[in-house]
Amino acid sequence: MAKILVIDDEPQIRKFLRISLGANGHEVFEAETAMQGIERFRTLRPELVILDLGLPDMDGQEIISVLREESRVPIIVLSVRASEVDKVEALDRGADDYIVKPFGIGELMARVRAALRPTGNEGSTGVLQVGSVGMDFARRIVTRNGREVHLSKREYDLLRFLAAQPDHVLTHRQILKAVWGAAHAEDTAYLRVYINQLRQKLEDNPSSPALLITETGVGYRLRTS
Amino acid sequence: MATIGTERDQRPSPDALLAEAKRETRGKLKIFLGAAPGVGKTYAMLEAAHERKREDTDVVVAVVETHGRRETERMAQELEILPRKTVEYRGRTFEEMDLDAVIRRAPTVVLVDELAHTNIPGGRHLKRYQDVEDILAAGIDVYSTLNIQHLESLNDVIERIAGIKVRETLPDSVLATADEIEVIDLPPDELIKRLAEGKVYVPEQARRAAHNFFSPGNLTALREMALRQAAERVDAQMVHYMRAHAIAGPWPARERILVCIGADSASSRLVRTAKRVAERRQAPWVAVYVETYHHLSLPEAEKDRIAQTMRLAEQLGGETATLQGEDVVAEVLAYATEHNCTMLVVGRPRRKGWRRLYKTTVTDEIIARSRAFDVMLVSSDDTEKPPPALKTQEPDDVFDWKGHILAALGVAAATGLGFLIDLWLPLPNISVAFLVAVMLIAMTLGRGPAIFASIASFLSFSFFFTEPRFTFAMSESQNILTMVFFLISAIIVSNLASRVSGQVAATKVSAKRTANLYEFSRKVAAGATEDDVLWAVVHHVAATVHGKSLVLLPHDGHLRIAAGYPPEDKISDKDNAAAEWTWANGHPAGRGSTTLPASDWLFLPLKTARGPVGVLGVQMAGQEFLAPEDSRMLETLADQAGVAIERTALVADVEAARVATATERLRTALLSSIPHDLRTPLVSILGAATSLYDYDQDLDSDSRKELALTIQDEAERLNRFVQNLLDMTKLGSGALKPNADWCDLRDIVNAAVKRSTRLLRNHQMKIDIDPSVPLICVDSVLLEQVLFNLIDNACKFAPAGSAITVWARGRGGHAVIEICDKGVGIPETDREHVFDMFYRVQAGDSQVAGTGLGLAICRGLIEAHSGTIKAEPGLYGCGTCIVLDLPVGPSPELGLTPELGVAGPAGVARAAGAE
Repeated sequence: MAKILVIDDEPQIRKFLRISLGANGHEVFEAETAMQGIERFRTLRPELVILDLGLPDMDGQEIISVLREESRVPIIVLSVRASEVDKVEALDRGADDYIVKPFGIGELMARVRAALRPTGNEGSTGVLQVGSVGMDFARRIVTRNGREVHLSKREYDLLRFLAAQPDHVLTHRQILKAVWGAAHAEDTAYLRVYINQLRQKLEDNPSSPALLITETGVGYRLRTS
Repeated sequence: MATIGTERDQRPSPDALLAEAKRETRGKLKIFLGAAPGVGKTYAMLEAAHERKREDTDVVVAVVETHGRRETERMAQELEILPRKTVEYRGRTFEEMDLDAVIRRAPTVVLVDELAHTNIPGGRHLKRYQDVEDILAAGIDVYSTLNIQHLESLNDVIERIAGIKVRETLPDSVLATADEIEVIDLPPDELIKRLAEGKVYVPEQARRAAHNFFSPGNLTALREMALRQAAERVDAQMVHYMRAHAIAGPWPARERILVCIGADSASSRLVRTAKRVAERRQAPWVAVYVETYHHLSLPEAEKDRIAQTMRLAEQLGGETATLQGEDVVAEVLAYATEHNCTMLVVGRPRRKGWRRLYKTTVTDEIIARSRAFDVMLVSSDDTEKPPPALKTQEPDDVFDWKGHILAALGVAAATGLGFLIDLWLPLPNISVAFLVAVMLIAMTLGRGPAIFASIASFLSFSFFFTEPRFTFAMSESQNILTMVFFLISAIIVSNLASRVSGQVAATKVSAKRTANLYEFSRKVAAGATEDDVLWAVVHHVAATVHGKSLVLLPHDGHLRIAAGYPPEDKISDKDNAAAEWTWANGHPAGRGSTTLPASDWLFLPLKTARGPVGVLGVQMAGQEFLAPEDSRMLETLADQAGVAIERTALVADVEAARVATATERLRTALLSSIPHDLRTPLVSILGAATSLYDYDQDLDSDSRKELALTIQDEAERLNRFVQNLLDMTKLGSGALKPNADWCDLRDIVNAAVKRSTRLLRNHQMKIDIDPSVPLICVDSVLLEQVLFNLIDNACKFAPAGSAITVWARGRGGHAVIEICDKGVGIPETDREHVFDMFYRVQAGDSQVAGTGLGLAICRGLIEAHSGTIKAEPGLYGCGTCIVLDLPVGPSPELGLTPELGVAGPAGVARAAGAE
């Protein structure tokens, strides 16, 4: 399936990932330090990197920047709860997703699948159908249960930006910059209001959303499965 | 000098014992006292040093002036001599004692010759005795030498006896506090013989003066003074010893001497005399200056002289007091009575010429009114200018041209008015118009113009209005009387008016001072944090001195600038040395003081009863010395600032202690809780895992899944516990700060419910959130943790299959969230306590055990958001509702209606039916 590089200093976690990712048919490579990780990344050119932020020899955030300079490889960050700031920083530096330790393998496999899915150009030209919601970005049409939904320009831009990277977490800042512009990068209240409006228009049960998922303290993700 | 108390009991006086104890940690000072140069003090000192050296004492020479005498030189060279420091001053090099080297070398005894020596500017202190103070403070014994003529209080006596003004003087307190004095005595004849033989070192330029100085008469007088000093010392030591050892004695009667200070140059003599008298009588003494409204109008030079006299009094070991009032004599006498003074020292009044006839001086009045006190008159020196002992008379002003011109105009106006009255209203006495004019002039322009006006009025009156008209001649005696009344009323009114205006001015100054202090205390009291207080201090002090100010606080053993106005982040090494000295010694240093005066700043210690807290630096705009009122004001401000800074430090201490106690309680609680809460899940996990491993083949697939699920559940339970422990620890240490941002409550509830999916497998979850609930400004992660804990808790206590409801509504600026279950409910008595740490409702063994942390954390987190949390019985009294009330926070500045995002036609998503 895919070549996955696991950079983590805990042997038990590496072992567990090796076995379970291996069981899903992936080829797993391991590195226990940041330096080793970067080196193995350069020689092996993996298709996915799973990176623990708490490494002994280098700040995990630095590694993301190093890797991002060299490639667009998907990066999933392993983080602990209550360090939302770290998660946001990792995502802003270019990580694709994060998963909170401790995690179940089901959760991880979902993230891995999403990260390995080619991020095509659905956002600009593609067509996306999630449950009852249909999005045709080439024709600028959004439907629910086959009926067209009227969206304001901002709502449409917001949806299109989220749909461009389905199943990926996008931070508040990333969304605000893309949709409202850099001047509004901190105005999360805008975002809350528009996400709410989108949910009212698109979700079957707006108070228990299935499409536009909140990642508490971090951002949003458009869930396709 | 021993301080004299009033108690006569058998216990040792605490003050005396304290002084004794303090003396023990300090080095001891031994002074070899001589009557004149050449008596052999240095030689005697070296002999004593050799004696000590033979006893294996570590003796070192810091400074010994041998003046080329061979045997002295030889004796010095047999000891270890510390190299001296070379100091450049005005292009010449001088050798000075290296104070730092002495303290670094830390011998047992160090020899420092010529205690009264004045240092070359640029050193740490102005005077060598101050260096010696530092050495003593470092615990090193000092041997030093001193000639009697250098003693401050004998300074003027010696000048009169020997005709030589001795410039290098030493405060008496240095000799008084010396631990040992050895008088090196040589009869005058022998000394003169030694001088003749060239055995006495005399600088070339002083040879002629020296010849006069070394006359038998002078030497005898000096010798007597030296011996008397030593004898008095012995007395003082005896009293001191008796007091410290509670020996019942014939104590000297309690006396207190008050010396009245004026603005004249004789005042310093008065102070010195008072000091000598006080010393001889073993009495404390106080120098008093009365500040009348005249003080304000004194020339700066005189104000400076008063300040210097007061400083001299302090240096000589006296107290000082500045009193405010108009009646100098009454103030002095009131103070003297209040403070049990027995003797008043005043200057002999000197009056010149005709003033003698009408003028009573303060001294005369004191003598007349002070029946209860002894009064000592001190004569002024003939060579000095003869100003009065205490000035009550305004210094002669320059002629007030403006006042006189205005007075002339006033009289002219009165004359005009007089003509009008004369024309239209034939009054018998037109002089009333003039009287009004004179009164007005007296009230507004002062005495001079008033007298001028009364004379002018009289002349004008007699010229224009009395018969014969247009001559100055007067026929009626009535008119002569008018002239006299004019004069008298002018003088009375102008005196009253100027006194009143003077009092007003003095009151203003005093009110200003009080207001300044009041404002300062209000400002620093308002400062909650140290930064606030420091800012208030530097800002206020800078405004008071019209200059700059700094506060330095200790940090890692060094002083560091903590605040400055205008902000300053660096001071020069020179300034820093002065600040450090102030910090170490608790006395002012730097510009305008006697220590390290080369510094650009004046540093004052910030002291409280508990010790020094820091150093206050001030830089005045332009002036070198502070006026006494400013200096006193500054000291008061420094005291208040010290207390305020200490207060904030205490608050921080209390807070730290509170955190420490909370942490300690938490630790104890955790230690008792961890074995249970941590081990129970571990038991299940270990059991399930080993079963899976050992009996893999014997287990059917359902059992295997069951065991794996157990491992998963228990691991998650453990994870929750660890998370709670972490949160609790952070809350306890105050490290948990909400990172608030605008959030949608629905998102948070959903996230919490999603996290609890596995916990909720046996329950129904109902979410009822009103769509109108506003965005709330909270830390979404923390609030999610709260809701998760509450759902977790509800799951534990609600029966399987029952519903758990999350309900939320917005209520005028607040969001109310309820999490309700249909469990057994919480007994009323426990409702308050369920939020306490490790509190568990006693409900029998069948009940699922909680950790006692979850609700405590909820309360901590909600309170951190300024919200409230409480437990209430559920609907119809069934089950429990936990009610959260959170302030929504200020409305987000959205400024948008739901569709504000629509921006023109291009922005509208095209509407096209898909069907």
